[in-house]
Amino acid sequence: MEWVNAVVQGVLLGALYALLATGLSLVFGVMRMVNLAHGDLATLAAYLALVVVQATGVNPFLALPVVVPLMMVLGYLLQRLLLNRSIDHGPLSPLLITFGLSVIIQNVLLDVFSADSRGLDAGTLENESIHLTDQLAVGVFPLLTFVVAVVVLGGLGLILARTQLGRALRATSDDHTAARLVGIDHRHLYAVALAIALGTVAIAGIFLGIRTTFGPSDGPTRLISAFEAVIIGGLGSLWGTLIGGIVLGVAQALGNQVSPSFQLLAGHLVFLAILMFRPHGLFAPASARQT
Amino acid sequence: MSLLEVEHVSSFYGDFQALYDVSLAVDAGETLAIIGANGAGKSTLLNVISGLFPNRGGAIRFEGRLIDRLPAHLRVEAGISLVPEGRRVFPSLTVRENLLIGAYRRRTGRWDVPAVLELFPLLAARSERRAAVLSGGEQQALAIGRALMANPRLLLLDEVSLGLAPVIVSQLYAAIPQIAAAGTTVLLVEQNIEQALAASKRVCCLLEGRIALSGRPADLSRDAIVTAYFGI
Amino acid sequence: MSGPNPAAPRFRVVQATRASRVTAIGGLLLIAGLASLPAWGDAGTMNLLTEFFALLALAEMWNLLAGYAGLVSIGQQAFIGLGAYGLFTFADLAGLHPLLAVVVTAGVVGLIALVTSFFAFRLEGGYFAIGTWVIAEVFRLLIVSNKAVGAGTGVSIRSLAQFGPDGRIAITYVLALAVGFGAVAVCALIMRSRLGLSLRAIRDSDVAARSLGVDVFRAKVAVYLIAAVGSAVAGSIMYMSLLRIQPTAAFGVGWTAWMIFIVIIGGLGRIEGPIVGTAVFIGLRELLGDFGSAYLIVLGTLAVAITILAPRGLWGLIEDRYSIGLFGIQRRLVAAAPMIEAQTPDAAGKSEVG
Repeated sequence: MEWVNAVVQGVLLGALYALLATGLSLVFGVMRMVNLAHGDLATLAAYLALVVVQATGVNPFLALPVVVPLMMVLGYLLQRLLLNRSIDHGPLSPLLITFGLSVIIQNVLLDVFSADSRGLDAGTLENESIHLTDQLAVGVFPLLTFVVAVVVLGGLGLILARTQLGRALRATSDDHTAARLVGIDHRHLYAVALAIALGTVAIAGIFLGIRTTFGPSDGPTRLISAFEAVIIGGLGSLWGTLIGGIVLGVAQALGNQVSPSFQLLAGHLVFLAILMFRPHGLFAPASARQT
Repeated sequence: MSLLEVEHVSSFYGDFQALYDVSLAVDAGETLAIIGANGAGKSTLLNVISGLFPNRGGAIRFEGRLIDRLPAHLRVEAGISLVPEGRRVFPSLTVRENLLIGAYRRRTGRWDVPAVLELFPLLAARSERRAAVLSGGEQQALAIGRALMANPRLLLLDEVSLGLAPVIVSQLYAAIPQIAAAGTTVLLVEQNIEQALAASKRVCCLLEGRIALSGRPADLSRDAIVTAYFGI
Repeated sequence: MSGPNPAAPRFRVVQATRASRVTAIGGLLLIAGLASLPAWGDAGTMNLLTEFFALLALAEMWNLLAGYAGLVSIGQQAFIGLGAYGLFTFADLAGLHPLLAVVVTAGVVGLIALVTSFFAFRLEGGYFAIGTWVIAEVFRLLIVSNKAVGAGTGVSIRSLAQFGPDGRIAITYVLALAVGFGAVAVCALIMRSRLGLSLRAIRDSDVAARSLGVDVFRAKVAVYLIAAVGSAVAGSIMYMSLLRIQPTAAFGVGWTAWMIFIVIIGGLGRIEGPIVGTAVFIGLRELLGDFGSAYLIVLGTLAVAITILAPRGLWGLIEDRYSIGLFGIQRRLVAAAPMIEAQTPDAAGKSEVG
């Protein structure tokens, strides 16, 4: 029964990984850029929420409407002012710059907040659980996280599929020069993509901060989790990222059952196995699998 | 005052000069064809007018207004639409979505999705298919339709016939008069001299980045055209 | 087709320039001078230089990967850590002479890298980068769960105690000297070889190189393996100096951060770059080291600024100004027949290739 419980926990955790991964996937899809500071931005969001909570005493959930828009503006400016210029300099440049940003963010957080572990306290919600059966209980908070993740992913999917903005993002991803010819300012759209990415990363970062404690150097672990979710699921598929996150979450949860110190390694091993046997991921669109 | 005035415009690829001091004017409502051999600078000229490439020296005026500094995406808003060489439809978007994104700048006019599908019936049957799976001719029709969705005052067509079977090319060119009749000025670039002469009211020939000949198709002799085209 | 025309001038390919000959001679003199340091220098200077040369070797390896093969790796720490633990395993645990342990470690790491390359090269670009990091993490986790190598607490290198404290410092220093100069020499030799020509072609255009028959994949894997072994050797030497191996630090991404900053600031894609970069890095650290994380923030900001404003780093600025290259990599055609002595420029060639 513990194993079933572990799987359920893994699924719920996995949805959070998927939410974390969404931004990484979107940015890569639209501008072929990998943001190495992605995980650190999630950590930054958690710290911003901490500041809001400490200043106003509100529940961390109420920090969301403050931190998420703030992070989105940050994302827009970051792309517009810094990263758009770096894309012109070749594929190495954005990697190096975002790596530099990662180091800067980690050390600024370390300076300002010290290395102590922090937590966001969502109150009794964190401890409540719903009993599905006599032996199977599901925490309310993990369930909420799952629902939020699916809703955000679904919402983003709808935006991409049905709105003019979504079409513009997809068109720019396909061919940014042709996009200019239909009147799209691709530099603006790149910035919008990063803004959306940072919005989702902020939500993920805050939920992670409620779920566990966090510290200034958590970024890299978050980045790796997001990355593995994207690769397991397959590049270019939003729902693939959800499945990828869930697979990763379940692998880690099962690893944790074996031994707590095996948790991360279990995730890495599953990732490497997928890389070996299905390098395009579980849900790569048909066009990718042909290469 | 002409709709489009290109005055003494030059353009470079790095150190290589592609256009030398080119001047031409396009009046509202007319259809002008630019012909020339490969590498003569025809596509470069369209790219400069549409804003994809910068011009060095000279001026470009549209509706009397200087547009040299205007970035490509804002020239679309101003009323210039380019159908690029090689079609460049958005492969992962459906036909309908390609048309919808064409209207990104929301210029008003008579062209909307139903109107475009009426102009190109072969697209109507495929409207939910992804553009990547269309044939060359269908993609070309889609590219033209996408440009029309911006309701341009000036439509630039770059090598519509490239890589397509003659019968498809004829079908596509049959649409040009309808587009022109709706009030759009058309500037088309063609390697296929027959089509160019048949479709246009006026013709210019580019040779190695310079205008070598200009006039109405009826007034130009075969020999004159050949000489200007090949530079012999 | 008729045979070669005996009257036509014949040509040969020349790479050496005046600058490169000066560098070669100067380098030898420098090594000789530095190698004598144990006789007259103090331990502090030797330790600093040990670190300098070990870092230089790491930076040259990272530069080889990113600047020449276009592979951004943020996982070289995998091999640094393996170099450290390899030294411990073969010298401390197995009782081999430390020098032999370094050589054996290098060999073992080469084989391990062959296996990891299989996974890493399934990915491209930014995802390749993160993939290399995941591989480093896997090794870290494997070590942390293994009591024989000290698990999470780490281990200490004791096998060098046999040389006495002064002896250890001197030996480590001389080894670092060899590794540092060796790394630079290896990179120069590679870039002057056919592999180097392939790499420069690949750097300019992957597709064009492939169409000319360059085996792009093999070239990249070769560079990956060389960089892995080089990083492992540098790691072994570094920990001969540091003595205490802690898995989180040994396999930490901090190493990569240092390598990236050194190469960006010094100059990506030129062998001279990491030399300049390591000097600036150590210099900055001596100035700002007391300020803890402020130092890393300055370094990070400097790296970001240089990537945007001076993408070819400090050496790139020097190269642009003086048109100079120290290693004679560019190939030139020189007439072999005495009557047509071509005018050969002294500099190593145009600044675009190097």
